Amino acid sequence: MVDRTSPPGGPQRPPLSAASLVLRLGGIAVVVAAVAGAFAYVHGNLDPQRLTPKALVDVLEKNNGVHPGFRRNHAKGVCVIGHFESSGEARVYSAAQVFNEPRTPVVGRFALPAGNPYAPDSAVPIRSLALRFTQANGQQWRTGMNSMPVFPVGTPEAFYQLQQAQSPDPATGKPDPAKVPAFFAAHPETVPFLTWVKTAKPSASYATETYNSVNAFYLVDASGKKQAVRWSMAPLAQDAAGASAPEGADFLEKDLVQRLAAAPLRFQLNITLASADDPVNDASKAWPAGRKVLNAGTLVLEKTQPQLSGECRDINYDPLVLPAGIQGSDDPLLAARSAGYADSYLRRTSEVSQLPAAKQEAQQ
Amino acid sequence: MSNQPNHFAPLARLLHWLMALMIIAMLFIGAGMVASVSERHEWLIHLHKPLGVAILLLVIVRLFVRFSTQQPPLPADLPGWQALAAKASHVLLYALMLVLPLLGWAMISASGEPVMLSSSLQLPSIVPANAQVFAFLRKAHGYLAYLLFLTVLLHLAAALFHGWVRRDEVLDSMLRGKDRG
Repeated sequence: MVDRTSPPGGPQRPPLSAASLVLRLGGIAVVVAAVAGAFAYVHGNLDPQRLTPKALVDVLEKNNGVHPGFRRNHAKGVCVIGHFESSGEARVYSAAQVFNEPRTPVVGRFALPAGNPYAPDSAVPIRSLALRFTQANGQQWRTGMNSMPVFPVGTPEAFYQLQQAQSPDPATGKPDPAKVPAFFAAHPETVPFLTWVKTAKPSASYATETYNSVNAFYLVDASGKKQAVRWSMAPLAQDAAGASAPEGADFLEKDLVQRLAAAPLRFQLNITLASADDPVNDASKAWPAGRKVLNAGTLVLEKTQPQLSGECRDINYDPLVLPAGIQGSDDPLLAARSAGYADSYLRRTSEVSQLPAAKQEAQQ
Repeated sequence: MSNQPNHFAPLARLLHWLMALMIIAMLFIGAGMVASVSERHEWLIHLHKPLGVAILLLVIVRLFVRFSTQQPPLPADLPGWQALAAKASHVLLYALMLVLPLLGWAMISASGEPVMLSSSLQLPSIVPANAQVFAFLRKAHGYLAYLLFLTVLLHLAAALFHGWVRRDEVLDSMLRGKDRG
């Protein structure tokens, strides 16, 4: 039996002096504190100024109120079910199955870019369309598109400041009306968006809008060659485009249900190929006209589902969930959308039981 | 003569130090990615998933090595509560090393996202898509990761206590293969 009380081969342990003991315990404390401090630094605890996903979603909640179970932005919407028919035109540029198979199922969601699920449809002149394509190989393509051609700002920091400018003033409970104009004045990159929004009116229908990826991505072919692109979904049946919004607060969903009861809705997926000098990392800048545009195929929407019970409810339309053959660009908004959506998704999936529909079901 | 060794088997020591590096890296990657909205968020996630699966595979090998090799005993003069804390914290470390990657895999499955380890390498879903199950698993993944970090700190402090204050053979048994002459 080895005598474990004495270190094998080593000298007997003389007792430590008090000073030496304190020094050694202090050394252990320093090592542990250094590791814990590095962890806290990386985690953002020592840096309250760092823009975190939590801060992004908190400011949306501050501005719009908390509506448990709903998305923190684009809170009001409706699910749509359909499929995508590839034309084959994008096949040369992307190895993604969605462009190579004739048909890919889609679960989508039309929405209003506002944080309040009870906002009237005329509250904002923008509509959004989010789509999830599920390829036969199990990979997915998720995209969240908006009816504006460019984003107001190019960075998550500027987006956060724009939200802060719209936050209620603690003194009055209302936003300071001088802050948003001051923000725009200090951010010349917002000019293309502001020029567009001046002419934008709240549309009477989700079906008549064109929805833009706004951010840039790369199509990647089988040999790994990358082509920078932006895409949009353009309505094929154009009617009453530009008609002003009717009376009432909830006309968009009714209009969509009526249209889909009559016939499927079709959109064309246009993929714009960037030229060498086009800004790939700045969603606030439009690309010049005259770029080559692929008609990649047709989105066919067949039916709607209510957003509180439909398939789209539990989908996080994270724009960086992409199949092999499509890649995110270095547009800083993409990573911020992905990080912010994840935070919003955890908050709302933790609150599913507080949704109005769930409450009604519980009472029955 | 007892055949109890003074040191951990070479393979056990290799796995210990390799996984120590991977787990500490993993904890910092996780802490950094949830606190960032920059491109860092994206590339940290792309590291986090394959590294997590690598840890899951290694911990299975490690459990096998643990049960098929001899461990050096704790010093006979170690106070009872310290011996108990040592055993309990090792059980906790093994449990968390095994559970955290499984929770990560399960939570992505429950979110309905494909579990991608690279742009084309996909793992099967191990849990059906369900929002409430996702929320539970995602929170468990986060809280248990904090618990793992605290347990790693305790493990580090205890190892240094053995090496610097008690000056027994415990730290040596993982640092080297031979007794100090």
